[in-house]
Amino acid sequence: MVEQQQAAILRPETMVEEFKKNRVTHVVTIPDSETNYLYELMRKQPWLDIVPASREGETFAIALGLSIGGKVPVVLIQNTGMMESGDSIRGMALDAGFPLVMVVGYRGWTRHGVISDTAARYTEPFLNAFRINYYLVEQDVDAPRISVAFEEARKTKRPVAVLIGDEYHGFNR
Amino acid sequence: MLEAAEVFKVFQKHRGDAIVIPTGTSGRQWMNFTTNEKRDLSLGGAMGHTTGAALGVALSLPSEKVVLFDAEGALLMNLGILATIAGMKPQNFYHILLDNECYATTGGQPVPNAQEINYAGIAKEAGYAAAYRFDNLEELERNMDKILNEKGPVFVSIKVIPAIENEPIGMRQRPATRNRAQTIRELQEELGIRVE
Repeated sequence: MVEQQQAAILRPETMVEEFKKNRVTHVVTIPDSETNYLYELMRKQPWLDIVPASREGETFAIALGLSIGGKVPVVLIQNTGMMESGDSIRGMALDAGFPLVMVVGYRGWTRHGVISDTAARYTEPFLNAFRINYYLVEQDVDAPRISVAFEEARKTKRPVAVLIGDEYHGFNR
Repeated sequence: MLEAAEVFKVFQKHRGDAIVIPTGTSGRQWMNFTTNEKRDLSLGGAMGHTTGAALGVALSLPSEKVVLFDAEGALLMNLGILATIAGMKPQNFYHILLDNECYATTGGQPVPNAQEINYAGIAKEAGYAAAYRFDNLEELERNMDKILNEKGPVFVSIKVIPAIENEPIGMRQRPATRNRAQTIRELQEELGIRVE
């Protein structure tokens, strides 16, 4: 029963394991309240550097620069910030053509009932408009999708999004 | 105010092996002075985000000196990047701002508070290791070598004469230059960087 309950959430440890498996060197991020435990966990990893930005658009530019030097960055932001980053995604990620996994907190997402938060309502249309493929990750059992996103980003040299649909549970202990 | 070309002439004497990232209308003139194109990076623009990309380069290549020629209109769009740069403390990062007080590429309209704002002051208070302001060529020449040998991040603000463009974009003459992908590839080859 306990195992079943744990499988139903997405543990921050799972995210960090996926980052390590995919040789991530830097997480460029703006922390948000829902992902604070993940942030604390990332800070404890000696193989991982955190680069804090103050506006989401900056994260894509910093990631581009890191990538030029041979590092493997991940962008970790919320869907609200992603939407504000439109031109940076265009100019610094899509046009630059480098592999980038963007982990996006899916604020407002629910599998049950009606989605009332417009942040969630516009998230997938936004990604579709930019022709960015995405994978929804809600629980630990979805974790292999994160590696699929990394593989796809490497193969296509494009950004691929991982939408975290469980911000409000496992990430905020 | 100085001519951007004079600034580049002074800098070129002290460049050494530094990776140089020019941006903005003033930055375009760097191509007339560089003698080591393989270490010049063109990062394109996206509402002023070249600054962040240059930071990423500096963080990923800590043993290389990275010099960004930034523009004040671009920097104003993302002033928060100064806090990130200061916080990450890249000792190899030299952030030179060519401040022409206007959006030269859109006809020369002034940037907000163009004449009174103190970018070096903002950078210093954000936490840069050092920050300087120059409006005099001799003074710049006297200090350039010392500045480029300090531990970064260092910020240098220089007032330059704008090269205002006022023709419709489609009618503007642009000399043939290497594109972003080419500059990235050539720098990576030069440094032996292999990207998956």
